[in-house]
Amino acid sequence: MIELSGVTKRYGPNTVVNSVSLTIPGGGVNALVGPNGAGKSTLLSMIGRLLPLDEGEIRVDGLDVSRTAGNVLAKKLSILRQENQVAVRLTVKELVEFGRFPHSQGRLTAEDSRHVEEAIEFLELTELSGRPINRLSGGQRQRAFIAMVLCQDTDYVLLDEPLNNLDMRHASQTMGVIRRLATELNKTIVIVLHDVNFASYHADRVVAMKDGAIVADGAPGEIITGPSLTEIYDLEVPVHSYADRPVAAYFAIGSRPVPNRNANHRPPTKAVLATDH
Amino acid sequence: MLVDRRRLAQVANVRGMPEFGRPALVLLLLGILLAMVTALFMTYDLKGSLAFALELRGRKVGGMLLVGFAVAYSSVLLHTITNNRILTPSLMGFDALFVLIQTSAAFLFGTLAFLSLDVRLRFGIEVGIMLAFAAILYRLLFGGENRDLFLLVLAGIITGTVFTSLTALIMRVLDPNEFLTLQDLLFANFSTVNRDLLLVSAAAVVVIFVVTRPLLPQLDAVAIGREHAINLGVNHRVLVRQCLAAIAVLVSVSTALVGPVAFLGLLVSNMAYQLTGTFRHRYTPAAAGMIGAIALIGGQFLLQELFASVVRLSVIISFIGGIYFILLLLKEAGR
Repeated sequence: MIELSGVTKRYGPNTVVNSVSLTIPGGGVNALVGPNGAGKSTLLSMIGRLLPLDEGEIRVDGLDVSRTAGNVLAKKLSILRQENQVAVRLTVKELVEFGRFPHSQGRLTAEDSRHVEEAIEFLELTELSGRPINRLSGGQRQRAFIAMVLCQDTDYVLLDEPLNNLDMRHASQTMGVIRRLATELNKTIVIVLHDVNFASYHADRVVAMKDGAIVADGAPGEIITGPSLTEIYDLEVPVHSYADRPVAAYFAIGSRPVPNRNANHRPPTKAVLATDH
Repeated sequence: MLVDRRRLAQVANVRGMPEFGRPALVLLLLGILLAMVTALFMTYDLKGSLAFALELRGRKVGGMLLVGFAVAYSSVLLHTITNNRILTPSLMGFDALFVLIQTSAAFLFGTLAFLSLDVRLRFGIEVGIMLAFAAILYRLLFGGENRDLFLLVLAGIITGTVFTSLTALIMRVLDPNEFLTLQDLLFANFSTVNRDLLLVSAAAVVVIFVVTRPLLPQLDAVAIGREHAINLGVNHRVLVRQCLAAIAVLVSVSTALVGPVAFLGLLVSNMAYQLTGTFRHRYTPAAAGMIGAIALIGGQFLLQELFASVVRLSVIISFIGGIYFILLLLKEAGR
């Protein structure tokens, strides 16, 4: 169980995360959604102790993340950030092997090698295992990093926008793998998602953030509705239903005439027409 | 051939044997080369009293070994904790500060008082000040979110220049006799190494090696990036502090022995990465250290025997290293 109470993060005068309290019981895919700058990534980084908190407390299975020793937490929780660049040259297998670091401190045992093999197989990277990661495509690289985190074999996996920059095929494949981590391997996934539709189809619970606070929390069917999306994103989104799940058709909005905006723009158009006559 | 070797390595891995790959081979070859160079330096053209000559040369070789390893190791450590391969302690003004400390001490208390001080005590004080500087540098390097590489290089060069200018200023106003004594003490000089200082330095380097040895696997994780390292359970902040402290001591050792040797660290560490083809700290510090020692001992030998010591070794190293530094910067900027 992940418990957050009164978690606050400030950068100078800006409060990025404002006294957030949240409880995530074990299991399932928990999606964090919300507009850019809502504080989702910051919150996730704080749970993964990549950022210190200014106020509040975060406990993972009762362990306070800001006080517990790093290597104890590393066996309990893993985090994968958005920007995954590695400063040195590594092959896929070497990267995945790093996932065993908390368990073996760099000296791989037979048990570690088994985990590495399994993780590589689970993410269908067997054929790429000898390739340097800087020579992989975006989707392959993302899978390699997920394999590393999987290999770390933690109960809790935190993922920050893992579908970023992936095309349809790679995005859906990656999301499928993440779903399987929860369903087949019983892991608790906390994932920041940009696209609410992925949350709709793959998440068990959706937590929506806006301006550093949680504004909605519930099953995908409760959160992905016209009114609540309007509140979260300040945008009227038509929500349809496909395969029994809500789908937000936000990609069509740009080309549709929006009544309010037209009303504002009409007077000058009229004036131009008038001079023509 | 290549496939065979890979298969061999796999077999070795399965049996739990240490993999005898390229890095290990490079270490072995460097070890042999270092032994050969050292033997040549020690025995070439021996004349007069054997015991005296060997003691004298042994002291030089000891000094160069220490300096080679200290400079190389400190550079590798700084590269790892900053995740780039261009910064060296010397570029960040570490050794310039050491010279400044010595010069200011000579100015304030006089070279006589300074030199009559017990060498261990003197060295201890100098290392203490260096450690304080490392603490300030830690704030600069890792305090904020902004870690722009070129800004850091620039900041480092400027601090280094400030230290050097302050040193020059103090030297101008120094008594000429004091100045001469001080210069003897300061400038890269591989041919005269103080025996007491050599012992103290050797002890310091050995302590640093022993203390940092258990950290090496964690440094591998740090090398792949700060956030990955934290995720993998490394206490990044503490580890970085420990490394900076180790760097401060190592730079103190090398600068106290022979004065600043600009670019040596940059040259040998990058050569080590290229030769071993790995970033693993099981190999890189040892490889860089041996390359450093080979360059110093071999270079000194060539200068003494072939060029009759008309040019200083440190000048040649700075020249080659400087060109290499510019090439590296261009390569980084081109990315």
